[in-house]
Order: sequence, then structure tokens, then C-alpha cells
Amino acid sequence: MSDQGAMRDHWYPVGMTKQLTAGGRDTLLMGEPIRVYLDNGAPAVSDGTGRSLPVIDRFGHVWTSLGAPNRDLFTIPEADQPGRRLVDVGVCRVRCSPLRAVENFLDIAHFPFVHTDILGSEPHTEVQRYEVEIREDVDEVWATKVKFYQPQAAKSAEGGITTDYMYRVCAPTCSVLYKTCPPKPGEWDVIALFVQPLTETLCEVWPWMALYDDAAEMTDLIHFQQMIFVQDRSVLENQLPALLPLDPGMEIPTRADMTSIAYRRWLKRHGFTYGAQLVAA
Amino acid sequence: MIFYDYILSPSCYRVRLFAAVIGRRLDLRAVDFHPGQEHRSDAMLALNPAGTLPVLKDDGIVLTESTAILTYLAAHDAPAWLGDDTPVMRARVAQWLAFAQRLTDSAGAARAHDMLLAPGDIDALRAEATTALRELEAALSAARRRGESFLAGNRPTIADIACFPHVALAPDGGLPLDPYPSIRLWMRALRGLEGFIEMPGIHRLHELLPEPGPMPDVIRKERA
Repeated sequence: MSDQGAMRDHWYPVGMTKQLTAGGRDTLLMGEPIRVYLDNGAPAVSDGTGRSLPVIDRFGHVWTSLGAPNRDLFTIPEADQPGRRLVDVGVCRVRCSPLRAVENFLDIAHFPFVHTDILGSEPHTEVQRYEVEIREDVDEVWATKVKFYQPQAAKSAEGGITTDYMYRVCAPTCSVLYKTCPPKPGEWDVIALFVQPLTETLCEVWPWMALYDDAAEMTDLIHFQQMIFVQDRSVLENQLPALLPLDPGMEIPTRADMTSIAYRRWLKRHGFTYGAQLVAA
Repeated sequence: MIFYDYILSPSCYRVRLFAAVIGRRLDLRAVDFHPGQEHRSDAMLALNPAGTLPVLKDDGIVLTESTAILTYLAAHDAPAWLGDDTPVMRARVAQWLAFAQRLTDSAGAARAHDMLLAPGDIDALRAEATTALRELEAALSAARRRGESFLAGNRPTIADIACFPHVALAPDGGLPLDPYPSIRLWMRALRGLEGFIEMPGIHRLHELLPEPGPMPDVIRKERA
């Protein structure tokens, strides 16, 4: 088990606020046992020695850190716009590196093959050129001008549309995507993937959404996203090597992988290596 | 027919799959099983005191066991799937419908543990599931030597539909299917059924592409 390194001082999701109880939930954060519980009605987290850890209650989830975060948890300003429905999708555990779970979320090219006839379909497999940058002012990875043909882009979509996407990596194990909102042209649907690193090769994933969709039942919105994520799960559990390689020597990326390359470069630059391998095995 | 459904439930998928294969339309009602625990709500407990999914409601009848729902749909719309041809075939169908419950209680529970954090002794569950998978492998292997591809004879029945989902999803619970060649051939035959539908974790059969010619050198990936 490698060192938690620079990732120790960042925020991680450790539970859904609505599900907290006084009895609490015993779980792991980067190999260390923690308990997430309600203390006089407020979310609290303690580590294996009983030490209280810092807590933020945001986006329907409880966030904590084993170290000393020097900045606030990121925000998603769009999520505060009135009229959005906030969807707690619920946890899904995956035997994979937490960094691989994020990287998969950033990938578009797998849509026709893993989310067939929903987020993509053959022969519409081309990922057109898009733009990627590491924004120094906010220290985030951004991919913009991403376009992809989708047979059923969202629960609210009727028929195929070309969907616009923006991707954002705002914490070592968190990503937010913005995509065309079928019922409200001009606005973006917000879909986030919050990943709790249990160990370097085991994670719990908490998808969360802020959508404009007045028609669908909440349960249908939850199930749509669970369906998409569980389609990814078996692929993630079979990726090799298990740790995300940050050494560029072993893989030959294509143009479609630009977001992934930027993410890996950003991880390496910051020493975010819990769940990564620096030198190819 | 109203069907109370959960997209990630293999037992619900048994019914969705069978309905698709025989062309029966179901009026689906999504139940927020996870994370909402809606199957334990007052309204759902009034319908099914056991607090389980799936549930089928039709003309004054409420069925809460997926194998009973398969039996009902088959008798209603597609009786050949009951496998009533001979006493042996009929008994085999009954035998494998009961066996399907063992898969739910072992492989299914292991998957719920690994994926949705359901409680359970994971080592014991995987051991029970492995025993069941080995029995299934032996039976399918014997069937193939008799010239049969399915559990109760030479055509699929509701017994195959009942056993298929928890077997196909066993890897989700840490149970690889690599050691079971007869099971994999059987799953392939079921995925090839006219009208087959997927669920998350079970993929459709992709068309076989033409032979590509000499194999290129394979670049082997190493485990981390």
C-alpha cells in the first residue's frame, strides 16, 4: 500500500447525508477506518483512534479529510440554479482504483460499446476534436466543445441527438460533467461522480445529479444513472494494470483520450498517486 | 399486467427478459430499492409483506416470487416454455426453478454485498455459489453429451430463464465464470434468443465478424 501522499489533504465523499444514522457507517478512507455518523443531528466523522475529522455537508453527501485541507471543497454554481432536481443516486462499490473510476467517467469513446443504444451507438463512434486545458487559476482539468451523437442522451431525451459536453475534474477523485439538457435548450444538465477511495484498488462511487426534468419520476432518474454506471462497473473491474499508470511509456493514447492525458498529467504534477503507479510494472 | 421492478435486480430481470422473449408487454413501475428502500415502504409492504421485489399484479392476483411469475406468464402466453412434454422434462423444470433460489441466495447475495454494500459473510456466500455453479456446470456438460443445450431438454424453458441472470452476473460478486465452459456456451445460446434484452452487467451478443486473417502479435498487459 503506497503512501496517501498529497491526496491526504483533500476532501472525499464518505456517505449520503440522508442515510446517516446515530449508529453510523463504518467505512474506509485511503486504507484508514473511519465512522460517519449523526452527532446531535449533525454529520460527524471520526477516525480509528476516535479523532474527529473535518466535515462538510454539500451536494447531498458528507465530505471529510484525513489531513488538513488548505482550501474549501469545490462548488458547482449551476447546481444552485432554481428549478433543478437534485438526485442522490446512491452508492456502488467497485473493485478498481478510484482514479480509474474518474478516468472512465471522462471517456466518451466507450459510449457506443458499453452504453449501446443509450449514450452511443454504432456506427456513430467518432469522437470529434475537442479542447482540453488545465486551468491554472482554479487548478482544475477542463474539457470543452465535446460533441457526441447519442440515441438516448438522458431520461428526458426522445430520439437521437448530438449532445454537447463539458468535463471538469475539480478534486483528485471527483469529476463533474455538463451536458445538453434536452427539455431546456441553452442550459446544462449537471452530472457528478464523487469517488470515495477505500483502498488503492477499491472504491465506492456516489453519482449525483442536478437536472432540469419536470416530467420524469425521481426513481426513474435514479435508475437511469444506476443503469449507466453499472454498465461501466464490470469494465472497470477488469482493467489492467489495476493501478492507473502515470508513466506515459506503456500506453499509446489517441486524440479521443486528451482529457485522460490531462487528468493523468495533473495527478502526477500534484503527487496525487494513491491508486496510481508511477513506473510501468 | 403491472410489474414492480428494479433495474439492477437479477430477479426482476428474469421477468423482463422472459416477457421480452415471448412478446408480453408489462406495465413497469420502477421501485426505488436502492438507495430509497422503497420496497420496505408501507405501500409496498401492503402489496408484498415479504418486502421483496419483483411483484406482479394482474386481475386480482399478486405474485411475489419471480419463478411463479415466470410460470404465470408462460401459462398465459407461451405454454411451450413450461416444458411439460414428458414427466422427466416437467420434473427437471421444477428442479431447476428451485435451484434458481439457491443462486439468488448465494451468487445474488455475494453481488449485493460487493456492489450495494448488503450485509453478508462474503466468503461463505462465494463458497455456496461456487458449489452451485459447479453443479450447474456438471449438469450442462451432461446435457451436452445427451445432445441437449438447455437445462430441461433440447429447447429453453422458464428454468433456463430463471437460472441465467444470477449466473451471468456472478462476476459482479467476485465469482469468475472462466472455469465453466458449458455454462458459458449455455449463456451464449440464451443471449442468442430472439427478443433477448440486456440488463446492466449482461451484454448482448455482438455479431461475429469475419475471420481477420493471421493473428497479430498480442501485447500482453501485466497485472499491477
